[in-house]
Amino acid sequence: MPELTYIQAISDGLRQEMRRDQRVFVLGQDVGVYGGAFKVTLGFQEEFGPWRVLDTPLSETAIVGGATGAALMGLRPVAEMQFADFISCAWDHLVTVAAKQFFRGRTPVPIVVRLPSGGGFSGGPFHSQNPESSFAHIPGLKIVCPATPHDAKGLLATSIEDPNPVLYFEHKHLYRRIKGEVPEERYTIPFGQARVHREGDDAVVVTWGAMVHTASDAADQLAGEGFEVEVLDLRTLIPWDKARVLESVRRCSKVLVLHEDTRTGGFGGEIAATVAEEAFEDLDAPVMRVAAPDTPVPFSPGLEKAFLPQVEDVVKSLQELAAY
Amino acid sequence: MAVREAEPVGSLQEVKEAGLDREDLLGIYRHMLITRGIEERGHILYRQGKIPGSFYTGRGNEGAAVGVATAMGPNDVGTPLHRDMGVHITRGVEPWRIIAQYMGREGGPTRGRDGNVHMAVPELGLHPMVSHLPAMLPVAVGMALAFKIRGDRRVALGWFGEGSAARGDAHEGMNMAGVRQLPVVFICDNNQWAYSTPTYLGYPIEHIADRAAAYGFDGVVVDGTDVLAVYREAKAAIEKARQGGGPTLIECLTLRMEGHAVHDDAFYVPKEMFEQWAAQDPIERFRTWLRSNADLTDDEEDQITSVVKRLLNDALERAEESPLPDPAGLEQGVFASAEDLDTPHHK
Repeated sequence: MPELTYIQAISDGLRQEMRRDQRVFVLGQDVGVYGGAFKVTLGFQEEFGPWRVLDTPLSETAIVGGATGAALMGLRPVAEMQFADFISCAWDHLVTVAAKQFFRGRTPVPIVVRLPSGGGFSGGPFHSQNPESSFAHIPGLKIVCPATPHDAKGLLATSIEDPNPVLYFEHKHLYRRIKGEVPEERYTIPFGQARVHREGDDAVVVTWGAMVHTASDAADQLAGEGFEVEVLDLRTLIPWDKARVLESVRRCSKVLVLHEDTRTGGFGGEIAATVAEEAFEDLDAPVMRVAAPDTPVPFSPGLEKAFLPQVEDVVKSLQELAAY
Repeated sequence: MAVREAEPVGSLQEVKEAGLDREDLLGIYRHMLITRGIEERGHILYRQGKIPGSFYTGRGNEGAAVGVATAMGPNDVGTPLHRDMGVHITRGVEPWRIIAQYMGREGGPTRGRDGNVHMAVPELGLHPMVSHLPAMLPVAVGMALAFKIRGDRRVALGWFGEGSAARGDAHEGMNMAGVRQLPVVFICDNNQWAYSTPTYLGYPIEHIADRAAAYGFDGVVVDGTDVLAVYREAKAAIEKARQGGGPTLIECLTLRMEGHAVHDDAFYVPKEMFEQWAAQDPIERFRTWLRSNADLTDDEEDQITSVVKRLLNDALERAEESPLPDPAGLEQGVFASAEDLDTPHHK
């Protein structure tokens, strides 16, 4: 099985979907001639032509609104935001139109919006954010946050197949940092099924995206101290695998929720509340959260490091859980 | 820079050249009467407390809406707004479903999930508006993009008002449509009042249609009370788009003859303005035209009027028989399932 980087897996997966289904097309800024800001669609225009790899004006509203219209007419648009941060410009089209159209009009809106997200390379306040929780709050949108090359490809296929608007958060810091085995053939991964990234019974870290790897590194450190931590990768936030989280909580009795997004109103709060509601009796310690502080993402490397949850932050919290 | 201002329609011969026979003309008249009738009935029902929420009408816009919709081809699509009841009627939405929609009943196109004119029947090529105007313009552009990608000879129509022309969606949608020369026609219902905001506080140029030049396509201003002139301009623009000639912006000039919604008495609109535009009421204007140009007889008129009246009576009765939606089903239908894609256009 070939070993691919996370970004290669996204690119290969997208190309495979476009070869398989004529209805799939990509649109966005610089996706065609240039091959995308991160080169996910490099070479696509040569293979699929300028109308299936459509360079658009600098118009997030027209990109997402246009994708919605094309989907209503039977196509399967995959829209690219150059950075997840810019989705704010298309908020209305996701939240007001795409998310609510099926509920109101019974017309499915099968669009995928690819959102390169996350920090770790001094992108500053407008090229580093993780806005998944804002959209998780909107009924009608699905939220996908792959952490591995294997999941990146499989979840992209599922996203394109899904009859609903799907926000596909691809973490930029994983693009070329993470490699893994990825089958050449097409496969899908069902939404709402968490994945055990690392086994353990003493505590569970519930997380997603790049933080899966941070959690894993932290768990490795604690293994030397005889404290075995399960790392549970949610893979999708809407829907999220509540049953699997509760199962882990019941088994481990200690839970840490970890995300790169800021703390207040982050999706971790929803998980913590659910654990409190449904597994209170199974807990041996308070639910803990590790998340970014409630500030914009800072630019300067030292500030950004202080902002992003680090391995040592997770280790420290897990040690507190261990000692509780 | 002056945009083209469309001439009024003159003789029956001219209309025939535009593709309408006498039956079509009587159909247009009937659609305009149903449009007004349904909104008048709705108004009464609202005052009787039978319609929850708010209530909007398009009085004065019947000619613009019916004229454009009559020019659409059977496979064309559109995203009409809250002054465009005539589009729904012309495309064939059954009146009882509209009244059921007003009343929040299961039989309305949104099955009580949304209210008033926030509705459409997709099988008839229409897609429901949202309140955030003109958010449906980029959506219509995307529909046109799909047609262009697939090579379909279909056209998308996107409606907006002169008020919402101030929003960025209008710019982004038209710009992309112009760049890609997409088969889309933009219809501006310029009824001169965005709630209480007059045109001179909404835009600084003479006509919204002047903007078309900035996007690289044609613009035209037409008297929205002249249903046949609207039809002629829409037909030309739609067929041009179908032939690959790119977008057109048609500005239909009317006056909103009532408040923004029924709670609004429109005190801010000068009385003379209402009087002036009442004198060119689109339905009365067309009736007069039919009598002098197409030999509309008293008998025909009586017959059409009674057919419409019966239709609306039946519609009201049937709407009231439609059940209210079951709250137990509220949480179903937020997400589509694979079977929901099993529609002709999603295959």
